[in-house]
Amino acid sequence: MTANAQSMATSFKQDLLNGVHAFSASYRAQDTFNAALYTTNQGLGAGTTAYSATGEVSGTGYTAGGVAVTFGTPPANANGVAYVTPSANIVFNNVTLSTAFDAVLIYNNTAAGKNAVSVHTFGAQTITAGTLTLTMPSNDSNNALLRLA
Amino acid sequence: MIPVLIDGQMAERDESELDRRVGGHEDDNEIATWVEYRLKGTDTIVHRSAHVHLKKAIIGDAMAASIG
Repeated sequence: MTANAQSMATSFKQDLLNGVHAFSASYRAQDTFNAALYTTNQGLGAGTTAYSATGEVSGTGYTAGGVAVTFGTPPANANGVAYVTPSANIVFNNVTLSTAFDAVLIYNNTAAGKNAVSVHTFGAQTITAGTLTLTMPSNDSNNALLRLA
Repeated sequence: MIPVLIDGQMAERDESELDRRVGGHEDDNEIATWVEYRLKGTDTIVHRSAHVHLKKAIIGDAMAASIG
């Protein structure tokens, strides 16, 4: 089993050149993005190309595919860096997830292939009849969740 | 009232009936905090919530080659 690794999906970079993703409605209809949780040691990382239910958490209150991610602020650039960050916390309410998980996959839920964007890791967690809240870094050129430099 | 899972059944308990423990850690990647509730006098976790603040941005390099 391979540990999950924090990374931008390599396929995401190719997708950008192909115009697959729209994080805002500035140029075409905005895509919807989801966040799905994965148990430890599923090998998620730069090589992850799309959402898959394999290795995804399961439990009371959790729906396969995860929850929607809100990108309410269009991508911006400053200091030679383009960046974007979800504009709201990612919240999994009233869930019981007994198997330890340590990664969230953000993916394009509009794209037919459910194309991967990025994998974010954290210390392993479990949730019992509770809530997991993922809060975001500041949306600027130094800290944004996704940056292209 | 705190939502709890007891013997596989969802329920609610007054906080006074539970032992509350909190914890957390911070590293370069995250600030994590959690709260756990146990039935008093037991080591059975009946509620656990976590809050993870993602600190570390993911950077992709964009490059343009010279021509010629």
